[in-house]
Amino acid sequence: MADIIFNIAAVIALAAFVITFYRIIVGPELGDRIVALDAMTIMALSGIAFLAHFLGRIIYLDVALVYGLISFLGVIAVARYMERGL
Amino acid sequence: MEILAIIGALISLAGSMFLLLAAIGIFRMPDTYNRMQTGTKATTLGSLLFFIGIGLANPSWWGKLLALTIFIFITNPLSSHVLARALHFIGKSPLLKGSKDPDVRDDLAAFESLETGKGDQV
Repeated sequence: MADIIFNIAAVIALAAFVITFYRIIVGPELGDRIVALDAMTIMALSGIAFLAHFLGRIIYLDVALVYGLISFLGVIAVARYMERGL
Repeated sequence: MEILAIIGALISLAGSMFLLLAAIGIFRMPDTYNRMQTGTKATTLGSLLFFIGIGLANPSWWGKLLALTIFIFITNPLSSHVLARALHFIGKSPLLKGSKDPDVRDDLAAFESLETGKGDQV
């Protein structure tokens, strides 16, 4: 019962991921694309946490932590590039 | 234990609903600032609920899930703030002309009449 509801939640998160990817493709400017990328990262973190629950391995939560850290640094770097160039 | 897993699964379902709302907001909002607002707040709450649900289903994972949650709660508003600051400094103006909100329209009309000097002092 609980596994079925967890699978439905993961499918909904995947649908949100796909809908956000549309904004990366058609976003008119760099700002829209990087905002969508930031939201997609958080959705991917939820997906990785679901994968850790699904496979029963706690080690994937470390992967999620490192992925969040690198994504945060990437957003900061793009914002700095938008503000004053490389 | 089974009851706890079902409660955790329902909380995770609510979190994924918030993630879907954030995606629809990013899909439909008309302006970069609007997209940033709906994309940051809704994803923060959605990921928090998702992690709480997984922590209820696996009670021995609370340490790493708490670290992940605190990390997201610190870095997600921070990155949004840095992005908004960069967009403001490169001169991107917020959406005023095409807004459907009557308050925003009144403010815009008052501002334009004030700029041209024809209207009353607001």
